[in-house]
Amino acid sequence: MKNSVILYPDYKSETSMSQKVLLNATEVQIALHRLACQLIENHDTFSNTVLVGIQPRGIFLAERLKTMLQEEYEIKNIQLGYLDITFYRDDFRRSEKPLEANKTQLNFVVEDKKVVFIDDVLYTGRSIRSALTAIQDFGRPLEVELLTLIDRRFSRHLPIQPDYRGRQVDAIGDEKVKVCWKENDGEDAVYLMNS
Amino acid sequence: MELSVDHLLGIKYITEDDIQLIFETADHFKEVINRPIKKVPSLRDITIANLFFENSTRTRLSFELAEKRLSADVINFSAASSSVKKGETLIDTVNNILSMKVDMVVMRHPNPGAGVFLSRHVDAKIINAGDGAHEHPTQALLDTYSIRERLGDVAGKKVVIVGDILHSRVALSNIFALKKLGAEVKVCGPKTLMPKHIESLGVKYEPSLIKALNWCDVANMLRVQNERMDVSYFPSTREYTQQYGVNKNVLNNLDKEIVLMHPGPINRGVEITSDVADSKQAIILDQVQNGVAVRMAVIYLLAAKINRGVAIH
Repeated sequence: MKNSVILYPDYKSETSMSQKVLLNATEVQIALHRLACQLIENHDTFSNTVLVGIQPRGIFLAERLKTMLQEEYEIKNIQLGYLDITFYRDDFRRSEKPLEANKTQLNFVVEDKKVVFIDDVLYTGRSIRSALTAIQDFGRPLEVELLTLIDRRFSRHLPIQPDYRGRQVDAIGDEKVKVCWKENDGEDAVYLMNS
Repeated sequence: MELSVDHLLGIKYITEDDIQLIFETADHFKEVINRPIKKVPSLRDITIANLFFENSTRTRLSFELAEKRLSADVINFSAASSSVKKGETLIDTVNNILSMKVDMVVMRHPNPGAGVFLSRHVDAKIINAGDGAHEHPTQALLDTYSIRERLGDVAGKKVVIVGDILHSRVALSNIFALKKLGAEVKVCGPKTLMPKHIESLGVKYEPSLIKALNWCDVANMLRVQNERMDVSYFPSTREYTQQYGVNKNVLNNLDKEIVLMHPGPINRGVEITSDVADSKQAIILDQVQNGVAVRMAVIYLLAAKINRGVAIH
């Protein structure tokens, strides 16, 4: 969620920022198809795999992939849950903004399952560190993988890397990566913003 | 969103938005305490002292559990086994405890206003866990939270508080909370147990239990507090039960099904009979479970105001 605070300010109000399109709607769609195919390669029928969208922004990507796997690749019974990491973050009481929690919804057992974390942007890796702690409170997964649409290179604070990535981006300093989804932001696109 | 206050001293001092924020946060904690591992690491760096200058079982257990579920360190203190007996003042007692680096104090005290007094003199977040006959804010929060859970919303609901309003901090805090959330409130009980100017709080007095129950959606049955009654307020417990006790018969004769609450501990057969207390209409045990979630929310939100000041980004 830290990422979402830093990376996705209310962009509509920040028109003065210069922004560059990293992925347009077609490219997002292509990346999603590739990610879906890579997931199928590793997880076959998904019989022992569960998808976990990281709140708040990872759930759009997770829902999109679930729909794609079901409708276009005809994989039945995909299990998808949402995981909120607010109470596991390492910056509670250190940030200016108070942290707001979101809903955690895992209606399945994660014990001995292959868990795939899904988030839109991998930045410092701290959210994923929190998610790894959080998921343990629901059981001991067989393994945990990470899928992310955008992987910001050179900005990691922790030794965490994605297993599946849509696009790798070199974003430095105060540049921000913003992922928009049709159902939430009106369009599918990824922008790089300079402030 | 954050709380508008630095301490939870009473419902009187907080806003409706504060209450809604506590409820929303409690929803998340309710999910947490129903997980296989019922614990989150949020307050690893916080130490909380539970100071109980008056007896309590469920409130103390509930607070202690809430603190531990948030991974805070907890120290407990009860007046019976302390230097208070040796004549130490409240501020001295608390400052001694705080010098051991305590961040938050949960206090129950027999004197009304003890929490407010303490908050002005010591450097810690204070949560009032009951001060004399004044306020018991977390009880009111968990009561209204339980109403919200059962009936969907508190606004517009009709709630009657039955029993010893005069000595009850639960009643006062509940009245404040219910009014702030937009409920209609009546109080019911023997005239001798009604504060003189109770109607100035915007509640109506209804002497007849049957009329009150027929009017309400929710009845909160207070405990008859024998320990606080220095003189006789009603002729006998039996007479109280006959007039203000709820039994199956009374409920069956109502036009509708109402929700029954009780802050505990129950005097079975006095305010409420066993069959009613154990029936589906009573949400007494839900109240207890919600108590942990609501107290986790209060502690979490107050702890968020303790700034460690080191920004990562």
